[in-house]
Amino acid sequence: MRFSMLPQVFAQLFKKPWTNKFPAKYQPNNTTKYLADVAAGKAKINPPIPTPDGFRGKIQYDKEKCIGCQLCIKVCPTEAIEYKPDEKKIKIYLARCCFCSQCNDVCPTNCLSMGDEFLLAGTDPYEKDLIVE
Amino acid sequence: MKQKTTAKTSYHIPIGPIHPALKEPVYFEFEIDGERIVNVDVKLGHVHRGIEWASRKRNPVQILYLAERICGICSYSHPAAFALAVEDMADIEVPERAEYLRVIQAELERICSHILWAGVAAHEIGFDSVLYLTWEIREKTLDLTEYLTGNRVTKAIMMIGGVRRDITKDMIPKITKTLKYLKDNFEKLRRIFLDDKTVKMRSQNVGILTKEDALKLCAVGPTTRASGVKKDVRVDTGYFAYGDLDIDYMTPDVLTGGVNGDVYDRIIVRLLEVKQSIELIEQCLDKMPSGDITAEPKIAKLLAQLKKVNGEGVGRYEAPRGEDIHYVKLDGNDAPFTWKVRAPTYNNILPWIPMLKGEQIADIPIVAASTDPCISCTNRVAIVNNENRYELDKEELHRLSIEKTRRLMK
Repeated sequence: MRFSMLPQVFAQLFKKPWTNKFPAKYQPNNTTKYLADVAAGKAKINPPIPTPDGFRGKIQYDKEKCIGCQLCIKVCPTEAIEYKPDEKKIKIYLARCCFCSQCNDVCPTNCLSMGDEFLLAGTDPYEKDLIVE
Repeated sequence: MKQKTTAKTSYHIPIGPIHPALKEPVYFEFEIDGERIVNVDVKLGHVHRGIEWASRKRNPVQILYLAERICGICSYSHPAAFALAVEDMADIEVPERAEYLRVIQAELERICSHILWAGVAAHEIGFDSVLYLTWEIREKTLDLTEYLTGNRVTKAIMMIGGVRRDITKDMIPKITKTLKYLKDNFEKLRRIFLDDKTVKMRSQNVGILTKEDALKLCAVGPTTRASGVKKDVRVDTGYFAYGDLDIDYMTPDVLTGGVNGDVYDRIIVRLLEVKQSIELIEQCLDKMPSGDITAEPKIAKLLAQLKKVNGEGVGRYEAPRGEDIHYVKLDGNDAPFTWKVRAPTYNNILPWIPMLKGEQIADIPIVAASTDPCISCTNRVAIVNNENRYELDKEELHRLSIEKTRRLMK
């Protein structure tokens, strides 16, 4: 009983570590430079664990199908969706989105769907990547 | 110079509101005599977020997601209690399959919460290797949650009148696999927590809450069941599909034959509940009928239906920490007239006082953690006057109440 943890400890020594080292195995000295390198194709990103089916990530918007009924605006809990009256289309601010996918459920034409992209951190809430329209 | 002798031997230690030992802001004032705690005072109100106020501008479907954000660990309990309240008011009949699916999600959350708590409790007594072991098990449960609902923590599965996602036949093998893993590891956890000398030394006869105190202070959930009070909303009211399932009160005498009401008993109750939850999920998978998963699949129609409702409803739900009560009143507008939440920790704060009295300073973390407190859930009211926060005592409240009666009589 006294050393009951020992088998676990020894097993742990030889097991592959559980943690997936994402995005890099070791912390880069300069993160901005590392990301620039990745964009230029000089460095490689350690891939993240794939998301399961039905994961709620970045919203995909099919503008052609949208009829401008504004039901999604009515159910959005965070008021992340803006209506563009002259075009009769919507604009989604992902910085406010809480990824509940309620707008997907309510949409009568199924023009909204949840993607699997989850790396959505940014410094500016109005940057191009964080607005879907 | 002659030394002054004073009669007073105790001194005060303030802990909090922000303190490394506390996970959430709460303020304790301990009166200490040597190492012994003579008296405790607890003050709350440091993390009020105005969630109920935010609900005044939202319709019931939007509030479901707001309720989810009251607590990170009970992110299913609060929407569930809210949905129960709204269904109670609007007389919405939930399909039978949805009731079973709701039980599965509820029990999965209970397993996550209790195992997380077990890890935190082990960490509080300095048993950090167990923290990693329990959180490894919790990780598997979270993976299953992610598989069933789409996300790990904010599940967004609850809907008024049903649930949003079904469990199809091809999902069942993964659930049974995780349940088997949990059962195998449960035995390991049980051995570590109930037979280990370290845990016994720190938890037996520490932080005792007697049955009388538990009843008097209205403690809820595992805290009160560990003191031998048979109180569990799942059994008492049989909401969701609990009425059809084989479920009983989990008190420590099931395992040990006696009730002490100490921290050790609270560990026993939570571990027994993990086992009970696994069995409940298995029962649900066996008994689940086929059919609809929601009473009204069209959200716009549901909202129109709720807009016609005029009345009030109460939802009682057994969250992992205890009874969670939501009160909702709709008056024919989009947004509810009022929404009131009573989180379980609110009732489990006062039992801290009898638990901590007479204990040592070093026992504070484990005794406080043993009720599984969630302070942000509890903070529901902040009283502000001229931008200064002030407190209301009983006399002041009574005076205000009399004034209001007089005002109304005019």
